Amino acid sequence: MDIATILSILDATIRLSTPLLLACLAGLYSERAGIFDIGLEGKMLAAAFAAGAVAAVTGSAWMGLLAGMAVSLGTALLQGVAAITLKGNQLIAGVAINMLAAGMTTFLGQTWFGQGGRTPPLNEGGRFSVITLPFASELSGVPIIGPIYADLISGHYLLVYIGFIMVAVTAYVLYRTRFGLRLRAVGENPKAVDTAGISVVALRYQAVIITGLLCGLAGAYFSIAQGSGFGNNMTAGKGYIALAALIFAKWKPVPAMFTCLLFGFLDALQIRLQSARLGGIEIPVQAIQALPYVLTVILLAGFIGKAVGPKAGGVPYTKER
Amino acid sequence: MSQNGPMNPQRPETAAAFVPANGWAIELEKINRRFGDVHANKDIDLKIARGTIHGIVGENGAGKSTLMSILYGFYTADSGTIRVNGTPQAITDSRHALKLGIGMVHQHFMLVDNFTVLENIVLGAEDSGLIKPSLDRARKELNRLEQEYDLEVNPDAIIEDISVGQQQRVEILKALYRGAETLILDEPTGVLTPKEADDLFRVLETLRKQGKTVILITHKLREIMAITDSVSIMRQGQMVATLKTAETNPEQIAELMVGRRVLLRVDKKPATPGKTLLEVQNLVVADDMGVTRVKDVSFAVRAGEIVGIAGVSGNGQSELLESISGMRDQKSGHVLVKGEPLSLDGDDGAARARQAGLAHVPEDRQRMGLVTNFAEWENAILGYQDTPAYGAGPFLDIAAAKKAAADHIKLFDVRPANINLKSSLFSGGNQQKIVLAREMEQDPDVLVIGQPTRGVDIGAIEFIHNEIIKMRDEGKAILLVSVELDEIRSLADRILVMFDGVIVGEADPATATEGELGLMMAGINSKAAPRGLGIAEQGPLP
Repeated sequence: MDIATILSILDATIRLSTPLLLACLAGLYSERAGIFDIGLEGKMLAAAFAAGAVAAVTGSAWMGLLAGMAVSLGTALLQGVAAITLKGNQLIAGVAINMLAAGMTTFLGQTWFGQGGRTPPLNEGGRFSVITLPFASELSGVPIIGPIYADLISGHYLLVYIGFIMVAVTAYVLYRTRFGLRLRAVGENPKAVDTAGISVVALRYQAVIITGLLCGLAGAYFSIAQGSGFGNNMTAGKGYIALAALIFAKWKPVPAMFTCLLFGFLDALQIRLQSARLGGIEIPVQAIQALPYVLTVILLAGFIGKAVGPKAGGVPYTKER
Repeated sequence: MSQNGPMNPQRPETAAAFVPANGWAIELEKINRRFGDVHANKDIDLKIARGTIHGIVGENGAGKSTLMSILYGFYTADSGTIRVNGTPQAITDSRHALKLGIGMVHQHFMLVDNFTVLENIVLGAEDSGLIKPSLDRARKELNRLEQEYDLEVNPDAIIEDISVGQQQRVEILKALYRGAETLILDEPTGVLTPKEADDLFRVLETLRKQGKTVILITHKLREIMAITDSVSIMRQGQMVATLKTAETNPEQIAELMVGRRVLLRVDKKPATPGKTLLEVQNLVVADDMGVTRVKDVSFAVRAGEIVGIAGVSGNGQSELLESISGMRDQKSGHVLVKGEPLSLDGDDGAARARQAGLAHVPEDRQRMGLVTNFAEWENAILGYQDTPAYGAGPFLDIAAAKKAAADHIKLFDVRPANINLKSSLFSGGNQQKIVLAREMEQDPDVLVIGQPTRGVDIGAIEFIHNEIIKMRDEGKAILLVSVELDEIRSLADRILVMFDGVIVGEADPATATEGELGLMMAGINSKAAPRGLGIAEQGPLP
């Protein structure tokens, strides 16, 4: 395998990791606040559809991104009302969001665009284009560093860079700021937060809002950056993988980044391995496509050890007698 | 409210004209609070003098915690006035209470387990958006508070790694850091070892010396007598009396709490032990981590006697109990019931122990004694559901089970008398009665009881003690494990003291002093030759 092949797999790794990473960080905020979020998938899917649809109609990627974030935020707030204010079961609220998003996107897509649930293909302005970092072409001649900078680090969509910057931002917010301290506390022992005179409900809504916005970025990435237009069930379970990555990373931002890169790498490898042959027999493409998912399960089951999440996770907060 | 009988409570109004030297820190007037049908606080009047330690006593459910939660802003009162330092205040939330200088140490600590001490202290009292400056300031302030109040604790320790006593200090420091002038402590000694409780009382005395006001909620009369300046007694949501501690006595307080005369000492005849019913031979038991907790323990309990095992919590008593009752495998040794060796290995050890006539009241009724989500009648047969009395084959005879439950409730005066009520809705004392009734009514030959009155209020304690004595007089063998030395001394016919997994000595409750027992509990045996018992290494308490 030459360096160009390796670089291209790693390049694909970064591209494929980005939505996982954004969704994973999104989940981190709400789960750290004590709200289990199985609805990452649904929020991403809704955002992907909204971004694709608005970008197609307006011809502007930025409008698409805004629409994606707005819809995801609305969906997150809906889930928030169910889980926080109405004290419903968080798992069921999340599953409901996923089912709602799966059904609504296809239905609205067919009703509005009549293309079997797809949104129309996007023109140049409706999609984000890749960003070439400064000096990329000048440095490309330099051995080793040159190709790594020019091919691997430079030349990604804006959302990719946002995703990785968000890792540092999240780590800073979580461990260095008052908001982060309270966020971590409310997921562990909301009563301690309440008796310290801080509103548990307000804190949890703030977390849910951040989750919604980040899921919006992740969803938009599918339809208006990586892809060109929305397709049925475009997120293909990535929300669940992001959730798995979050657990694997034990709810910490930097490990979350590495986990998402690992899962992205498995995905990139899978694409590479399609049509690979093993001892003269062609491996069915479905088997290879299933590989990242299978490995996710194995990793989660075997390597993670005991994953102890935020202690108050999944429990609506009530001042009981 | 009928207040007949010999009691003569001093009504709070009579003291209205009196103003203490330092003024009133807190004045509550006609406080009312309802929870649905329950009138938890009825027209409560209470005044607390600044710079004193004021005790509030009452049975479980008397409304003490509700009243203090109202003062702390955790609940709001339906009606009534709160005056802090003479000024009327509407305390709407905890933040407001903190601002007025009222801090509270809750019964269940309000700490984030995976945070450091410092982070817990700063939480909610941060100075700015970034936490670094707050943490630095807190570290300095903590240093000062530690010296002033002798409250030593490592600021960088993680909460889950430090002892319960230290966690409580963190709670106190948290309140002081927020500038608390009045400190409310809700049942602070329930979770503490006797040594930790002594340390706490020293801290409270220092606080008083520094001019702080302390409100101590408890149901342990000893603590009231030992440390408070005055005491208020609550019963069934009402304030019954406020007395000067120096002018009252435990009997009077107990009577006011329960509403009738209570015998604080247990009345019992001398034991007439018969043949040996329970025998433990060379028992060795390890805990979940594989650490050996019971080290070669042997003893026997005879019919018609109560053998008490005393010791500081965590010296192997729990593992011993769990092993004898079939819940924990033993590494070696034997348990004999009526001379027959009992096989206790495997997951159904507890069922075999029951079949052999050994009943068990576990130490932690909520974790091991009850399924708190079950209705009362379901818990009334739990563990005996396979016996023919409650149905044949796979079917449950629900009518029989409910009848048994109703009988238990009647015999043990469980309140409320409702077999369909969820078990978690009963008070601690009534939950304990449910467990005791279930185990005692099976008519076992051997009864093994752990912490029979932990968290149980005075009236129920008296009842439970009498039931245990009654069992003894019926010729049962009773093994009693308790961390309450008073309880062991008043109930047991023989006391075995356990330290570091070994029985370090035996004492006669009639003659042994508290001091002697205390020394043994610390692993120092003045009477017996320690060599033969294998306690040569006298390390620090685990």
